[in-house]
Amino acid sequence: MNGGSLQQLATQTRFDFVLLWRNPLASFFTVVLPLIFLFVLTALFGNDLVTPVGPKLASRFVPGIIALSVVQASFVNLAIVTVFRRETSILKRVRGTPIRPWVFMGGLVATAYAVIALMAVLMALIGWAVYDVDLLWKTVPSLIVTLIIGGAVFCALGLAFTNLVPNETTGPPFLNLVVLPLYFVSDVYVPATDETPRAITLIGDIFPIRHLAVALQRSFDPLSDESIWPVTNWLVMAAWGVAGALIVTRWFRWTPRD
Amino acid sequence: MRSPAIEVTGLHKSYGAHEAVAGVDLHMEEGEILAFLGPNGAGKTTTVEILEGFRARTAGKVSVLGQDPASAGLDWRERIGIVLQESQPEEYLTVAETVIMWAAYFPAPRPVSEVLKLVGLADHRDQRVGRLSGGQRRRLDLALALVGNPELLFLDEPTTGFDPTARREAWAMIDGLRDLGVTVLLTTHYMDEAQNLADRISVIAAGQIIAKGTAADLAEAASLQTRISWNAQEVPLDELPDQLRAAAAVLKEAGEHGETSTSPGEGPATLVIETDQVTDTVAVLLATARRLRGSVESLEVRAPTLEDTYLALVSETDSAEEPSP
Repeated sequence: MNGGSLQQLATQTRFDFVLLWRNPLASFFTVVLPLIFLFVLTALFGNDLVTPVGPKLASRFVPGIIALSVVQASFVNLAIVTVFRRETSILKRVRGTPIRPWVFMGGLVATAYAVIALMAVLMALIGWAVYDVDLLWKTVPSLIVTLIIGGAVFCALGLAFTNLVPNETTGPPFLNLVVLPLYFVSDVYVPATDETPRAITLIGDIFPIRHLAVALQRSFDPLSDESIWPVTNWLVMAAWGVAGALIVTRWFRWTPRD
Repeated sequence: MRSPAIEVTGLHKSYGAHEAVAGVDLHMEEGEILAFLGPNGAGKTTTVEILEGFRARTAGKVSVLGQDPASAGLDWRERIGIVLQESQPEEYLTVAETVIMWAAYFPAPRPVSEVLKLVGLADHRDQRVGRLSGGQRRRLDLALALVGNPELLFLDEPTTGFDPTARREAWAMIDGLRDLGVTVLLTTHYMDEAQNLADRISVIAAGQIIAKGTAADLAEAASLQTRISWNAQEVPLDELPDQLRAAAAVLKEAGEHGETSTSPGEGPATLVIETDQVTDTVAVLLATARRLRGSVESLEVRAPTLEDTYLALVSETDSAEEPSP
């Protein structure tokens, strides 16, 4: 990496962020929708104490919605934007310039991380200020590691997923078909309890979204007796990330299908 | 000695049994504008994409700015600019933002304001790309290809969908690139565009170059003759001297369905002679009119256009391709 590439990455990130911000659909699904979900979930299920000694129910919703934000900002947004750029020949044109592919793609990844950081802070603050959610300083390092791993894994999977999407109009429905059912079995909207059918948690355990949500929950649970480092969840996510990265290096397409 | 900008010999590209490019040779000098013409499916885009480094070739030698595009690195990409046939810049950025973003891809870009001025978008710099007209978007496409300060520019159908005024403006702009010393490989379906802009023309059909040279060279290769036509009522066929009468064809006026026929029918007919002897033929025709104490107000003398030449060349290839009965 040299100074020139870093400068290019900064410029690309700046404009990718502006593009996300100005695109009403993209900014709604990555920023506004998670906020709406947080408000709706607490309105629907209330905010009572989970156990007689705490914590509040919202401390289960906040990490779930942060997980949703991570998946929307990285997997969903990266896949939709990349398919659109591929099908409108923007990627082909970029390939015709001297910018390094990783620098160009790095703009979208850095944008995803910026949104993830923003949403995590925003959700935690709203949870703390509005819903009495405890902020646990000792779990902050683990929370940051989870977000870094989550961002990288879901960016890699988002890019890998573009291979399955034939054109830009089928991008959003294809992605929703994958993520919407997974959100329901992955502790994103409603955390699993002892009464949750085993089959549901088993399906959730195969895919990476539940591992992200569970890892984040650990950072907001003051009563957890487990280690604050959710290593198993990180490892499962990382395995998915490596698989995604391998698919990207082997099959990623820069041009529309002939 | 300066090396040529593009040197291609014996280029082949096959897709399975289908040979899309079957032995193409191309040569371009630095600073030259070459028009690359050919019907759809003739191998034009495949050839250009091989030169741009987007496609691998099956066989042949290719040198673009002294390097093989198949193995050329990023330093080679710094020296070329590409306007694709279809591309759509991000609509949520402004014109200036888009060019600033693309300028960052190159190590020594042209100043953004200079590029916008060059393509005539200086007054639209703060406008969102999504609100530009089709012609303005195409100018932006060109701006993105020019911002890296390229030595060689690939322009693929740069004025498709333009109105006549916008097309003239685009021509002036492309012609202006000559002063900047940019070499331009222009692909187009508009013959007037090729005629106006190009120093030389190469025509590809069925994967092979079937003609190359200036517009005049091509006309000669197609051996097309000048077409002299007039209204048969002014100088009827019967009144012509024998040698002209034999050469003249009777063309009935275009009917309701735009059909023409070479048999004399009802109503005013047009007489047509195709010849190399333009002066002599016109002189005889005028003399005949004078003898009849009339005039030939309808007289039309039309040299073959590049379009006529092109169509003749391409149809020759088409008929050569057809299996004989």
